[in-house]
Amino acid sequence: MSPSAEPMTAGAGKPAPAADSAAAPAPPVLAANGIHRRFGSLVVLEGIDITLAPGEALGIVGPNGAGKTTLLDILSGAQAPSEGSVTFQGQDVTRWKVDRRCRSGIGRSHQVPRPFTGMTAYENVLVASVQGGSHRRRAAQQHALGVLERCGMLGQANRPAAALTLLERKRLEMARALATDPQVLLLDEIAGGLTDAETDELIATIQQLRADGIAIVWIEHVIHALLRVIDRLVCLAQGRVLAEGEPDAVMSDPRVVEAYLGSAA
Amino acid sequence: MNWINAIVQGVMLGGVYALFACGLSLMFGVMRTVNLSHGDLAVLGAFLVAVLAAAVGISPFFAVLLVLPVMGLVGVALQRGILSKALRTGEMSSMLATFGLAIVLQNVLLEIFSADSRSLDIGSLSTSGLQLGSSVSIPYLGLLTVAVAVALLGGLQLLLARTGIGRAIRATAADADTAELVGIDSRRVYAWAAAIAVATAGLAGAFFAMRSSFSPSMGPTQLLFAFEVVVIGGLGSLWGTLAGGMVLGVAQTVGAQVDPRFSIVAGHAVFLAVLAFRPQGLLGMRRSRT
Repeated sequence: MSPSAEPMTAGAGKPAPAADSAAAPAPPVLAANGIHRRFGSLVVLEGIDITLAPGEALGIVGPNGAGKTTLLDILSGAQAPSEGSVTFQGQDVTRWKVDRRCRSGIGRSHQVPRPFTGMTAYENVLVASVQGGSHRRRAAQQHALGVLERCGMLGQANRPAAALTLLERKRLEMARALATDPQVLLLDEIAGGLTDAETDELIATIQQLRADGIAIVWIEHVIHALLRVIDRLVCLAQGRVLAEGEPDAVMSDPRVVEAYLGSAA
Repeated sequence: MNWINAIVQGVMLGGVYALFACGLSLMFGVMRTVNLSHGDLAVLGAFLVAVLAAAVGISPFFAVLLVLPVMGLVGVALQRGILSKALRTGEMSSMLATFGLAIVLQNVLLEIFSADSRSLDIGSLSTSGLQLGSSVSIPYLGLLTVAVAVALLGGLQLLLARTGIGRAIRATAADADTAELVGIDSRRVYAWAAAIAVATAGLAGAFFAMRSSFSPSMGPTQLLFAFEVVVIGGLGSLWGTLAGGMVLGVAQTVGAQVDPRFSIVAGHAVFLAVLAFRPQGLLGMRRSRT
């Protein structure tokens, strides 16, 4: 089957497993429409269509160089697409900058945690609560403390961000994104570098976020972690959607096995 | 005693140096931008105050209040027009761009106002002071300068440490891309920081001009002193900048007490000693306080 855009959008229009209780599919909270991204003659993304239903968890996998992080950059506003548009809650946000998208409800965590050094963990989250979440004064402080607690970081609140362990930094990264009150959270390879036990803790936190109704787009190389959380899976390869749909079906798709696992071996 | 008087005068001089260094410390230590036109922007501020006071016939102190917002706008223009573009291509280009701006400013001021020295007339305040004993006198202007420096640097330090806008500035300084990811409009933050930095440069220029004569060519010397103050005090700490100003001022006046020719050299010597034995400055690197 050719990986053209039409069958993919049709696939995305099918109700996701988690949304099967709804009679009609809810309008997507976030959508990438016909995204192309080129750097000179290098084509990184070629006609990507992706939709995300409210509260849905979408996983994205693909071999290195498939364009996953570029796609996340385009969803968060860090890069502009060469062609195509991004819509958030029915609004065209393609030309919105990162900070505006954040304030309107698109949160993101980095692959390598980037805490604000020279500030405590609490201050890292507080600044996000005030600037991204538009909380004020006491409400902002309460919100920041609540988010730290949800991410298991309350005990580290007053430690300098630079002194935290990798797991703590990853939690802080997530807490800071949560403090901006996202409706959509973009996660970039958060399980990398963690032990299985640490990954389990992180997954529990993410499952809690899902239960709170936050929609998630999650890029991850650690597939078994991903499969425990997501409703739907997209496999990218060479800038195109190779397969999309129910996670187990996508992972057993021969083309995915060849493109993704084949190159990883 | 003459030595006590030298130290007292040094603290007064240190107030001016701390004011000069305030904006530089903010941009250099907090925003990671080296502004080589800082000294010449201070001279521009002094000339604006002088022209306004003479043209409208108001006190220089009142003129300063009117000039500060103008200097703030100059700061925004500097950030939007030059620094934001230069920063994208690395720290070196912002240094080169502001070095060029320094030359342009100096020559424009020279063209308009000539090379003659002039001074700001503040009446009897320039000469009166508290007489303590036979050899120690504390000039009122010096007291006022130190008070303004303490209030300004202390106020800015509190702003950075305790307020929302302060945390937004620190977050942007640490990592501008990530700051945007938590909803901070980094362009606005940079513009505010530049506005504050250039306004304080204008304030420093005005206080310098009340204290001694000034001319279009004095910018680079003041820039050099301001850099020494920032390094002596420690990058990123505004309390450190205040302390650094005092240390440089006292070093120069005590040096002059030994031998008038030794004044400037003594200041440089203290600067070099700090670089050699305490390179992080008196108050160390950035401290995080909640």
